Amino acid sequence: MSVPFTPQEIAAEGIKPTEYEEIVNRLGRHPNKAELGMFGVMWSEHCCYKNSKPLLSQFPSDGDRILVGPGENAGVVDFGNGLRVAFKIESHNHPSAIEPFQGAATGVGGILRDIFTMGARPIAILNSLRFGNLDNPHTRRIFKGVVEGISHYGNCVGVPTVGGEVYFNSAYSGNPLVNAMAIGLMETDDIVKAGASGIGNPVLYVGSTTGRDGMGGASFASAELTDESMDDRPAVQVGDPFLEKSLIEACLEAFKTGAVVAAQDMGAAGITCSTSEMAAKGGVGIELDLDKIPAREKAMIPYEYLLSESQERMLFVAHKGREQELIDIFEKWGLHAVVAGKVIPESIVRILHKNAIAAEVPSTALADNTPIYHHKVLTNPPEYAMKAWAWREEELPEVEKNGVKEQNWEQILLTLLDTPSIASKRWIYRQYDHQVQNNTVMLPGGADAAIIRVRPVNGKPQLAKTGIAATTDCNPRYVYLEPNLGAKLAVAEAARNLSCVGAEPIAVTDNLNFGSPEKPIGYWQLHHACQGISEACREFQTPVTGGNVSLYNETIDSEGNPQPIYPTPVIGMVGLIPDINKICGQGWQQEGDLIYILGKFNPSFGASEYLATIHDTVAGKPPELDYELEKQVQEVCRDGIRQGLVKSAHDVTEGGISVALAESCISGKLGAKVTLPKINARLDKVLFGELASLIIISINPENKNLWESLLTEKLGDNWQKIGEVKSTNLMINNLINLDVKTITDTWEKAIENRL
Amino acid sequence: MKFGVVVFPGSNCDRDIAMVTEGIFNQTTRMIWHQETDIDDLDIIILPGGFSYGDYLRCGAIARFSPVMKSVIQHVEKGKLVLGICNGFQVLTEAGLLPGALTRNRNLHFICDQIPIRIEHNNSLWTKGYQSEEVVCFPIAHGEGNYYADEDTLKELEDNGQILFRYCGKKGEINDENNPNGSSKNIAGIINKKGNVLGMMPHPERASDTVLGFSDGKALFANLL
Repeated sequence: MSVPFTPQEIAAEGIKPTEYEEIVNRLGRHPNKAELGMFGVMWSEHCCYKNSKPLLSQFPSDGDRILVGPGENAGVVDFGNGLRVAFKIESHNHPSAIEPFQGAATGVGGILRDIFTMGARPIAILNSLRFGNLDNPHTRRIFKGVVEGISHYGNCVGVPTVGGEVYFNSAYSGNPLVNAMAIGLMETDDIVKAGASGIGNPVLYVGSTTGRDGMGGASFASAELTDESMDDRPAVQVGDPFLEKSLIEACLEAFKTGAVVAAQDMGAAGITCSTSEMAAKGGVGIELDLDKIPAREKAMIPYEYLLSESQERMLFVAHKGREQELIDIFEKWGLHAVVAGKVIPESIVRILHKNAIAAEVPSTALADNTPIYHHKVLTNPPEYAMKAWAWREEELPEVEKNGVKEQNWEQILLTLLDTPSIASKRWIYRQYDHQVQNNTVMLPGGADAAIIRVRPVNGKPQLAKTGIAATTDCNPRYVYLEPNLGAKLAVAEAARNLSCVGAEPIAVTDNLNFGSPEKPIGYWQLHHACQGISEACREFQTPVTGGNVSLYNETIDSEGNPQPIYPTPVIGMVGLIPDINKICGQGWQQEGDLIYILGKFNPSFGASEYLATIHDTVAGKPPELDYELEKQVQEVCRDGIRQGLVKSAHDVTEGGISVALAESCISGKLGAKVTLPKINARLDKVLFGELASLIIISINPENKNLWESLLTEKLGDNWQKIGEVKSTNLMINNLINLDVKTITDTWEKAIENRL
Repeated sequence: MKFGVVVFPGSNCDRDIAMVTEGIFNQTTRMIWHQETDIDDLDIIILPGGFSYGDYLRCGAIARFSPVMKSVIQHVEKGKLVLGICNGFQVLTEAGLLPGALTRNRNLHFICDQIPIRIEHNNSLWTKGYQSEEVVCFPIAHGEGNYYADEDTLKELEDNGQILFRYCGKKGEINDENNPNGSSKNIAGIINKKGNVLGMMPHPERASDTVLGFSDGKALFANLL
């Protein structure tokens, strides 16, 4: 029989000619239209990681606290005292580029479903966002829409949005990154998994209805965006947070009955993905009758049912005979729950429609036994990197008496604080309900990481002592200039941010946002970044419990030139706080407190915000990372916080030590008088150079001796007292003297002023 | 005191309130599903924050038709206490238990913040734990908290001392600069004429646990016991 599709029809499903041959091999025949569509979405990078699987397999994923690692809807870690925490990050980049509000909203909805599908109640959301520059009106529209979308969904569903990070860079103008991370607390005795079992058990479709929205979203997410992508708007789903809130309550109630065998949310590739994954993971098959599925539109064909990404839907396998119990719970919450199929012994997904078989595919062919591409890695670094590394600081204009390029140091500091990536994100988080659920211990902007009290849903507040700290981190300029080191630094920074609030780093979820892996540079970046993550996660003993891969983040401009994003492997990390009374923020607490730096003061220009913003230069290599020093610095910071010695802690990142000091002043509404360590370097490098493993802390002067002996014991010479908290001005050597109010105004209004 | 917290589909601050009344103050607290009608056993009914029915049509507009609301109205008629917080305040205005309406915030954005609120007077059972004109800090979190009422109603509210909370500056200044959402007369919370129904946009239940950094809401609950 000849191929029943034109090459165009096959390509339209995102399937390559060689992949089509593979499909025919697995089926022993040609697929029909519906089956072709199923393969198209399931074999997309988004669903089957065909380009990234070989790289992901190197990540460490075991550890004493790991209860569920990669492969399920979310990772689960043991927080002690019976507390089990589920968490995961996921991207919704392409939908947000096309329809920012719904794209971002459904991104939040999707990651929440991954959490509560496991039997965990979502307790916090974080977001890692990347946009173009705000002087571009198109970027402003995307930015406002994304923030509004996250706000709309997260607020309504009643889960606090407690932290995250936002960067602005022209590399993201046509392709913003919207990564949402959710954290949940297990509420069921058993962790609910996805593998179907029990031949003859009923398969229930629950939640919202199925429509034509989000058709083929997974394939769409796995291709470059073009000028025509705007026409793909139907590939963007529409979310309803009200339904999701009811779905959370109904699902958790349903799981507690013990009548549910397995559950899987319908995210990418909807019915296709959930049926095939549940079947493949359980080593069984599923037969599903589309006529039973509640539809919101008339005359839908199997292809549409199977590829719809309508939101707020789930698939359950129930114990036979207990269907009605579950149906009653869902109906109480105003949701659909219908028996739509059953578990069958043959390992196939069989889809029925109008009393005929509409599709019949081996479940592993869709979910497990999928194509894998091994790409060749460039043996030499690409030209752009070599060129950037060849940069020397002699190329900078000479330092003048009080500044550089006719700007004095104070003006330069204010310019950096006015950079949207560094500036206050208050305009954003003020739109997010960050306090609902009554467990938010640290407000956004107050510390280097978010802190949530881990309290069971109806638990007494007095009994809840454990805290969870969470952060998302990635300096994409670092990764762009040196993917391996940049990725390691992202892991190190995440762990450092947790340590700065007193938390012990526990585990990681990662979101790999990269350009096309089919291009040598794109794959070189992905390959080296994955190696970096893998190595650093081993060093910090923070296994990766899962995550998300978003490739093909490139925009193709009207001249047909691909514009890749900066490679952005976002590290979401959770940490354990044994006692929520022993934490600290980043702001100074009291005048007279002594200020110290922990670590080695060896700033460098490479990949710095100072070079990029003041000298319009993206060059050099990111700062070196010394694992031993980094771990020692973090440990002593945590110890100091837990012993009640450290009153504030803040790590030094973009903008160098001057920006970090300014931030501690802003947050604490107090000034500081600081003398930086004498080093043999240009003044701009001293003030604004960047480095790893450096934390600024403050202590009560009464504890000076105790603290310094602890530092000497733990860090040797790698610490220094640099000043004290004082008055209303930030004074650094005799170079900078700025009133905290001026600094604060600049920093607080930077984003708002650009909108 | 026996508390009841109404749960509409979409309510999301219901458990936060129970955490305070039951968890902190050890008072019996019962969650009331919106379809229940027998609430005679309860002394104080609280309508919680959230997005009842997804705020479809208008905030609180659908919730007011829930079966429980008839019983809530009877509860009010008996002189018993009802407190509506945030979405609960919106439901109370839609149900006609309080005058006025809550419309979209002036800046058209959702606002989550922790801001100064002035206690207008302590001559009410709701505010007797505070000083008159005391400035407290309450969290707010709403997209539609812009209180509107016509001039006559506003005058009546003022004359009867029905305004209990206003948005203000750190020193208690009532002005436009310290009005987060555009509410008439900076109104953040009002009572009915009889004084047994209170509606407020700020969240006292989010300011009742010192671990979370805010505790000015505690006096409101403490004085109901």
